[in-house]
Parts: sequence; C-alpha cells; structure tokens
Amino acid sequence: MGDTPLDVLFSDLGKALWETALMSGISLGLSLVAGLPLGFLLFLTRRGMLLENRALNLLGGFAINLVRSLPFVILLILVLPLAKLVTGHTTGPVAASVPLVIACIAFYARLVEVSLSEVNTGVVEAARALGATHWLIVREVLFPEALPGLIRGFTVTAISLIGYSAMAGVVGGGGIGFLAINYGYYRYETGVLIVTVALLIALVQAVQMLGDRFAHRHDRRGR
Amino acid sequence: MLELKNIQVRFATGSHAVHAVRDVSLRVAKGEIFGIVGTSGAGKSTLLRTINLLERPSSGEIRIEGREITGLDAEALRAVRLRTGMVFQHFNLAHSRTVEDNIALPLRAAGVSEDRIRERVTQLLELVELADKRRVYPGQLSGGQKQRVGIARALANEPPLLLCDEPTSALDLETTESILDLLAGINARLGVTIVIISHEMAVIKRICHRVAVMQDGEVVEERTAYDLFATPRHALTRELIEKSLNLTLPPRLLAQSKGTLIRLVYLGETAEEPILASTARLYSVHINILHGRIEYIGDRPIGILIVALEGEPERIEDALRHLEIQVAKLEVLRHG
Repeated sequence: MGDTPLDVLFSDLGKALWETALMSGISLGLSLVAGLPLGFLLFLTRRGMLLENRALNLLGGFAINLVRSLPFVILLILVLPLAKLVTGHTTGPVAASVPLVIACIAFYARLVEVSLSEVNTGVVEAARALGATHWLIVREVLFPEALPGLIRGFTVTAISLIGYSAMAGVVGGGGIGFLAINYGYYRYETGVLIVTVALLIALVQAVQMLGDRFAHRHDRRGR
Repeated sequence: MLELKNIQVRFATGSHAVHAVRDVSLRVAKGEIFGIVGTSGAGKSTLLRTINLLERPSSGEIRIEGREITGLDAEALRAVRLRTGMVFQHFNLAHSRTVEDNIALPLRAAGVSEDRIRERVTQLLELVELADKRRVYPGQLSGGQKQRVGIARALANEPPLLLCDEPTSALDLETTESILDLLAGINARLGVTIVIISHEMAVIKRICHRVAVMQDGEVVEERTAYDLFATPRHALTRELIEKSLNLTLPPRLLAQSKGTLIRLVYLGETAEEPILASTARLYSVHINILHGRIEYIGDRPIGILIVALEGEPERIEDALRHLEIQVAKLEVLRHG
C-alpha cells in the first residue's frame, strides 16, 4: 500500500495512544490498590514494627524479588496462560496488562516500603506511647508522613510502566511503544520512529513533572 | 502513683548481651516531680521507657495507680498509655500534620468526638501559649515551640502521669528554662505527676522534688533534690554537682591566696547567718572569701563558699572546729 509516515500516524497513532492509556490505567490503578497495601504490609511486618511477623515479611519480600528478578519480556511470556485465564485473550492491551500489573505491583510495593522506612521512627513511637491504635498510626502518621515519597514512587512506577508497555508489543499489546518498534524499527519508517520517540519523551517528562509538583505540594518538611 | 519493682532490662544485640537496667526499684508519689539523672548510657532512658512498656523489662513489676501493667493485653495496655503522657527529646511531631492535628492524635486515639477535640485543642494551645499556631506545620516552629506542641499533645487526655525523656536536651538555655517552668506550672496547677530524665543537673535543680542518680543501669543514690545537692553521697553525684555548680577557683587566685583554703557548704537558715564574721571575731583569724554562691533548690538556699583563713596555726585549728559545727560540710582544700 506504501503507507507514508503520515498515513501510519493518522491511522494508528490514536489507537496506539488509547492502548497505552488503557494499559497504563489498568496497571497503575491496580498497583495502587494492591501495591500500596502490600508495601505497608512489608514495612509493618518488619522486625520491631507494629505487626512484626518474620514469616509473612520473608514471604512477601521473596514474592516481590521473584517478580523483580525476571526480565520483563520473560515475565510477559510466563504469565500468558494466566492472562488467558483472567481476560480470555492472549493478545491485546487488556491481556498485556496482566504481566504489567504484576510487575508494577511488585515494583511499587518495594518503593512504598522504602518510603515508609524513611519516616522518622520517633513519630511512630510517640503515637504508640500515647495510645494510638495501629490503624490510627497508619492513617495519621505513616501515610501522611510518607506521602511525598509515596507520590514520587508512584511517578517512578508510572515511568517504568511506559517503558514496559513498549515490550507488551511482543504479545500484541499495542501502544505507542509497539508503534515505534513495528513501524519505526522493523519497517524502517524513520519518521514514525522519531514521532513516537518524541511522544514517549514528552509523556515521560510530563509524568515526572506532574509527580514532582504533586509531591512537593504535600511535602511539609522544613516549611 | 507509680511503683517500679526489681526492674531488669537486658538486650541481646548481636553477639553480646547488654544489661541496661539492673534491679531498679523506685516509688514516685502522686503530684511529685521525680528526676532521673546520670551520664549517657546509664540506662535512664531505657528505664523511663519501661514505665509505659515502650521497652519491655526482662523481669520486674510496674504499677501505675496500684495496677500492675506488665501482664496486660494489648488493648488494656493501650488504655494505660492513653492515660500516660510522654514528651520526647526530639519532639517527635508529625511534620505532615498541623499543630492542631498533632495535638488531636491522642484524642482521636481515645475516640473523642471531633467537636470536643476542637474545644480541647483550644484549651491545650492556651495552656502552652501557642494559640496562634493552630494551623501551622511543625516545620515552621522553633525548637521551644515544637516542644510546647509535644507537651500539649502529651497532656491531651488529661493524664495523671507525664513521662519526659530529656525534654530540654535539644534546646538552648533560655528555651530550656521556659519549658521547665511550663512543666513545673503544669505540675503545680494540674497536679500531674512528672517523671523526667536528664543528664543536666540544672534541669533537676530547677524543678525536681526527688531524684534518682543512675550509673551503669543501677540507681546509686535516691533522695530529695535538696539533700542531693546539699550533701551528695555517691562519687558520681558529687561529680555531677561539682560540674553543675562550677565552683572551681581560677588558678591565679589559688596561687596568690595565702593561708588555709577551705570549702563550706551551709544549708537552710544558717545560709543567711553571719557565721564567718562571728568566727573571725571569736578566734582572731583573717577570713578572706575567694569564691561563693547561694543556690536555691525549690526555695531553700544552699550556700557554698571557698575561703582562706590566715592567723596563728592553733587559732586556725580552733576556728575550723568551730565552723565545722556550724555548717553542713567543711572541706579543707589546702593546709596553710
């Protein structure tokens, strides 16, 4: 057919953007819903913490390390059967979201744990000493104190996700990254490659800026 | 009010065990300000933290208002903690929450209604003189103001007992005094029993009624603040008091002074009587005052003087004997 770069962009860019948005939305949404509590659980079951539980802590840590030690492309292929089971498909953005969700939850949970461990332990101790329940300590101390870090971690997760989602092209996940690889790389459409890469750069910049601004607004240290 | 019985705390840190508190028994009466003093690493902080079980003692009993607490379950212990305030050296305020929310934390823990919380926070802010800082974040406050917020938070549920862990050690001298006055005022007006630990004798001197001195996990001396300063018994107590009173003679004065050099400590009413003048007259000796000060513990004076006596050796002997009867303590620093 002899598509010009412009034709490709007109016909596929809208779809690719939608697919990227869909994959990111599902993955980020679920990593917030599952990764955040998992990160709290990892932190709270640490030694000397409110819910100290060595077995649970080791198990959670191991599961996260397991996911994080696999190259994403391998994870993508390994969970194909699971994706089929959950979504009924093995291709398309929804099916590709399954490995993305797993990777993002593991990634974000670890970042949540790190943010929480940076909260001044004295404040938690003060709350304990004054009779606060565990739930109150989480709600009134740990969460607000760690919030800037939680937002920054979420930003990092979102940006990694944009990179991962490009690989989802391998299983026909689609998205901007897929467009870049398929047209720009395999078909030598340099124009498409440049536009898509520029788009990815702009997207990452925007996410980072938004995240920084939001985190800064919630940061009360020294102000 | 508070009774600690045979408290032992041992830590297992890696390969070696640390015996932080060794068989400490103390009683603190209702309405008292009880000080625990000692050098760093003496176990004071660990001991204080056993009182609300932030640190579990390896053995021993803790009674608050007659009730043994080491055997309580989590929920009952939480109820005890709601009625035990605690103030920290580094304030330990949540920086992401306003002053109001920080103070409200123990009230929320106690399930107090939001309407009542607003009222109570207003009262507490007035008590610590920070009424205008309600919606400010701790990062915008000075150290002294942060500690005032810490104190307001600790008193939120009107606890009969307040634990203070080095509450002034992160503050400058002037702020220290205003915080100590605030604590003393709270004790006097609200009748709150206070246990305060510090490594500074100045803190003890200013507000404590009774004091325990700790060394290597043990209480080596426990007396009223006045007696402790007047007639310290243990070597560590003497050293701490010496440092705090800062009664060392400049070397130049020491070299130039003649005669027998003595140090006198006199207490209570005798501190105001002209002992020296009468002694000089009675025994015909010259008495030269080199250094001295009067300290007030509570409102009772302790006088400390360094004087040089000159005259006939026998006369000096007699004068010393006479003085020794009149004063609480006489120490010969150098014979003439």
